[in-house]
Amino acid sequence: MFEGITDNLKNALSFLNRGRLTEASIREGMQKVRQALLEADVNYDVAQDFIDRVTERAIGDDVLKSLSPTQQIIGIVHNELEELMGPVDHSLNIRKGELTILMMCGLQGSGKTTTCGKLARMLKADNKKPFLVAADLQRPAAIEQLRIIGESVGVPVHTEDPAETTPLKVCQNGVKRARAEGADVVILDTAGRLHVDDELMAELEQIDKRVGPHQILLVCDAMTGQDAVNSAKAFNDALEVDGVILTKLDGDTRGGAALSVKAVTGVPIKFIGVGEALDRLEAFHPDRMAGRILGMGDVVTLFEKAQQEMDEDEMLAAQEKMREGKFTLIDFQKQMRSMRKMGSIKDIMKYIPGLGGMADAMSQMGDPEKDLKRIDGIIDSMTLNERENPNRIDRSRRNRIASGAGVDPSEVNALLKQFGEMATMMKRMSGMGTMERMRAVQDMARSASNDPTGHIRMQKQRSRRGPVDVRKAKDDKKKKRKDAKKSRKKNR
Amino acid sequence: MPDRDIYEEKADSTMGFFDKLKGALKKTKDVLKTDVRDIFRAGEILDEAKLKQFEKRLLLTDMGFEATSAIVEELRVKHVGRTVIIDDIWTTVKDKLKSLLKGDGDVRYDPNKPTSPLNLQSDGPTVILVAGVNGVGKTTSIAKLANLLQKDGKSVVLAAGDTFRAAAVEQLTLWSERLGCDIVTKPSGTDPASVAFAGCDLAADKGKDIVIVDTAGRLQTHTNLMVELEKIHRVIGKRIPGAPHESLLVLDATTGQNGVSQASHFSDIVDCTGLVLAKLDGSAKGGVVVSIRQKMGIPVKYVGLGEQIDDLAVFDPDSFVDALVSEEV
Ligand SMILES: Nc1nc2c(ncn2[C@@H]2O[C@H](COP(=O)(O)OP(=O)(O)OP(=O)(O)O)[C@@H](O)[C@H]2O)c(=O)[nH]1
Ligand SMILES: Nc1nc2c(ncn2[C@@H]2O[C@H](COP(=O)(O)OP(=O)(O)OP(=O)(O)O)[C@@H](O)[C@H]2O)c(=O)[nH]1
Ligand SMILES: [Mg+2]
Ligand SMILES: [Mg+2]
Repeated sequence: MFEGITDNLKNALSFLNRGRLTEASIREGMQKVRQALLEADVNYDVAQDFIDRVTERAIGDDVLKSLSPTQQIIGIVHNELEELMGPVDHSLNIRKGELTILMMCGLQGSGKTTTCGKLARMLKADNKKPFLVAADLQRPAAIEQLRIIGESVGVPVHTEDPAETTPLKVCQNGVKRARAEGADVVILDTAGRLHVDDELMAELEQIDKRVGPHQILLVCDAMTGQDAVNSAKAFNDALEVDGVILTKLDGDTRGGAALSVKAVTGVPIKFIGVGEALDRLEAFHPDRMAGRILGMGDVVTLFEKAQQEMDEDEMLAAQEKMREGKFTLIDFQKQMRSMRKMGSIKDIMKYIPGLGGMADAMSQMGDPEKDLKRIDGIIDSMTLNERENPNRIDRSRRNRIASGAGVDPSEVNALLKQFGEMATMMKRMSGMGTMERMRAVQDMARSASNDPTGHIRMQKQRSRRGPVDVRKAKDDKKKKRKDAKKSRKKNR
Repeated sequence: MPDRDIYEEKADSTMGFFDKLKGALKKTKDVLKTDVRDIFRAGEILDEAKLKQFEKRLLLTDMGFEATSAIVEELRVKHVGRTVIIDDIWTTVKDKLKSLLKGDGDVRYDPNKPTSPLNLQSDGPTVILVAGVNGVGKTTSIAKLANLLQKDGKSVVLAAGDTFRAAAVEQLTLWSERLGCDIVTKPSGTDPASVAFAGCDLAADKGKDIVIVDTAGRLQTHTNLMVELEKIHRVIGKRIPGAPHESLLVLDATTGQNGVSQASHFSDIVDCTGLVLAKLDGSAKGGVVVSIRQKMGIPVKYVGLGEQIDDLAVFDPDSFVDALVSEEV
C-alpha cells in the first residue's frame, strides 16, 4: 500500500545515490527541492534564497562523503526549514493583574472571527476571563456571528448598532466595558480587509494607535499562494504584528505560506487552526510544518518500515484484488495484521504528513488498538465462506459471530458496512497516482471527524462535525451497549 | 453596514471588466517595478538568465510549476539564442495562456450580457448550486449573482443551505432583504439538503425563474462533508429533474496550488460547471485557474472584485491574461 509514496523528494533525489556526487549534482538536486517548495506555494524569492543558502551548506558539509547523500540532503533541508519557521513562541504575553488587549487582523475570510472564539475558549480553559469585541461593522451578520460564537464558549461579547458607531468607538467602548466587568483579556475582532486598501488599513492603524493592543495577531489562510508575502508584509508594516495564526490546516494544503510569511515578516507563527469547531486550535510546530511543506512527513521512515514488515508479493496480490474489487475480509485481516506489525496506529500516523498532530489528539479518542483487536476478533469468528462473501451474513449468522467474538451484533454490522465502504475507497485509490493516493489515505484518516483510525474504526458516517459530536456519539453508543447488555441479562 | 441603494448607478458602472480589474490592481502598493517587456528588449539574445526572470513572473501569478514550465519551454524552443523581438514573445506567451484558459471550446462570454455564462432554462426554474472551501466568498458571490439576475428581469429565490456556520443564515437573509428577493431558511443544524429541496419547491410552486443554493464552506478533504454536499446535489435533482443546471465552485484569488485539489475534489462530487474567482481586487492574480482549466477543463465564469453587490464581472479570458502578466502593473 505504501509503495511509491515517497515519489516526491526521495525519488527526485535518488539520482544522488548513483554515481559520483559532485557539487554540480548537489545543485541539481537542490533544483528539485526548489520545485517542491514552489509546488507547496512557498514564495518564489523565499524559495530561491532558501535554496541558495542550503546549497552552500550542503556543499560545505560532508554530504559528498556521506553514504546516503539523499537522506543527508533531505535532512539538511528539513532542518533549515524548521529553523526558519522557528523558534517556537506560543505565548500570548498575557499580563498579570492588568487588562491585556489582543487585536485580530487579516484578509477577508481568513478565519479571524472563528479564531477569536477559539482563543477565547482556550483562555477560558486556562482560567482567564476573556471578553470579545465585535468591531467588524462591514460584513453582513458579522456581529451576530461573533455573538453566537461568544455564547457558545460562554464569553461575553460587546456589540453596538453598526449604523450608530465606528470600529474605533466599538473597540474603545468594548475595552472600557471589559475593564469594568473585570475581564483580563479583550479580543478585538476586526473586519477583513485587503492590504492594498489604504483607507481600511488606516482605520486599523488608528485603532492600534488609540486603543493600544498589546498583541496584534495576523490571521492567515494556510492555502494562500504567492501573494502571502505581500499581504503579510503590508499588515506587518502598518501594525507591527506580534504573531501569526495559520488557519485551515485541516485540509490537504502543503502550507508553504507558513514559510513565506515567517521569512518576510520575522513574526513567529503561534497557533494553527485545524478545523471549524472552536476547540480546533493547536500550537504551531515548525518540525511538522517542515515535513508537510516538503510533502514527506517522515514517510521515508514509514516506507522503510513497510518494506521490512510487509511481504511484497502479498501486497501486490492484495492490490490486484482491490483493483478487481475482489478484496475480501480475509485480505483485509491479513493487511491489518501486517500493518500492526509496523507499530501502533498512533506511531504510523506520525509518519504521514499532516497527520502528525493528530497522534496527540488521538490520545483523547480512546484506544484504537483495542478497536483493531476487536475487529480482528470479529473476523476470526467468521467461517471462511463468510469472510469471502460478507454479503451472505444474515441475522442468525451475525448473532453467532457476535457471540463468538463477545461483541454486540450491531458491531458486526458496523464492521461489514465499514468494510464495504473501505473496499470501494481502496478500489478508487488503486487507480490513483501516488500523491493522490497519499492524500486519499490522509482523507480517510480525517474523514471520520478527525478520527485517525478513520474508516477502520467502527463508526457511522455523520454529517455533523467536530469531536464533540464524536464523543457524544461514542457516549451514546456506550450507553446503548450497556442497555443492551442489561436487557440481555434480563432475558436470561 | 450603511444603508445603500444597491441599484444606485455608480460612476464606473459602465467600466469594462478590464478597466475595473486594472483599477483594482492599481491599488496595489507594491507595484512591481519591472516591465516584463524590459526583460526582452528588442535586439537582445534570449538566454537562460532572461528565461528565469520570465519564469518568476509567471510563477508569481500562482499558475503553478507545470503550466509555467510549459510556457517557458515553448519560449525556449521558439526563441532561445535568437535576437528577440518583444512583440513576438508577447504574442507567444499570451496566446499560450489564452489558449490554455479557453480550452477546446472558445470561452468568450458577452460582458454586456452578464447572465450569458449561465445555462438558464427557458421553462421551469434554473437551479444554481454554489460550493467551495471555507471563507472564499460563496455567500457574497451568491448575493452578487442574484443581483445580476434580478437586473436581467429574473425572479430569484435564495436557499440558505449553510445551516452550520454561526450566523450564515442571517448573513444571506440580510442580502436577500437588500435585494428584495425570496429566501428559504431553516433552523441552524437542519439537514442542508432539505433547505435546498424547499428552495426548489418554492420556486417551482411560485413559478420563480432562479434558485441559488448556498452551502457551508467545507475543505475538500473532509469526506463526510463532501458526502453531505453530494446529497444536496442529488436531492436538488430529485425535485427538479436535470438540476442543478449550474454547479459553481467559488475560489479565492489568493489561493495557491491547493486550488487544483479543490477543483478536482469538488468536481468529483458536484460536477462543477464553472468557477467564480472571488477577491481578485487584491494583489493576488488568481493564476491557479490556468492550471485548473488545463487539468480539468472547468471554465471561469465570473470574477469577484469587491465586497459590494455589484462587484462581480463576467470573466473575459483575454483581459484576464492581459492583467495576469500585465505590461502595466
Ligand atoms: N476548515 C477550517 N475552517 C476554518 C478554520 N478557521 C476558520 N474556518 C472557517 O473559515 C470561514 C471563515 O471564517 P471567519 O472566522 O468567518 O473568517 P473572518 O476572517 O472573520 O472573515 P471576514 O470577517 O469576512 O473577513 C468559516 O467558514 C469558518 O468556519 C480552520 O482552521 N479550518
Ligand atoms: N475584497 C473582496 N472581498 C470579498 C469578495 N467576495 C467576498 N469577499 C469577502 O470575503 C469574506 C468571506 O465572504 P463570504 O461570502 O462570507 O464567504 P463564504 O465562502 O460564504 O464563507 P463561509 O460560508 O464561511 O465558508 C467576507 O468578508 C466578504 O465580504 C471579493 O470579491 N473581494
Ligand atoms: Mg469576521
Ligand atoms: Mg457562506
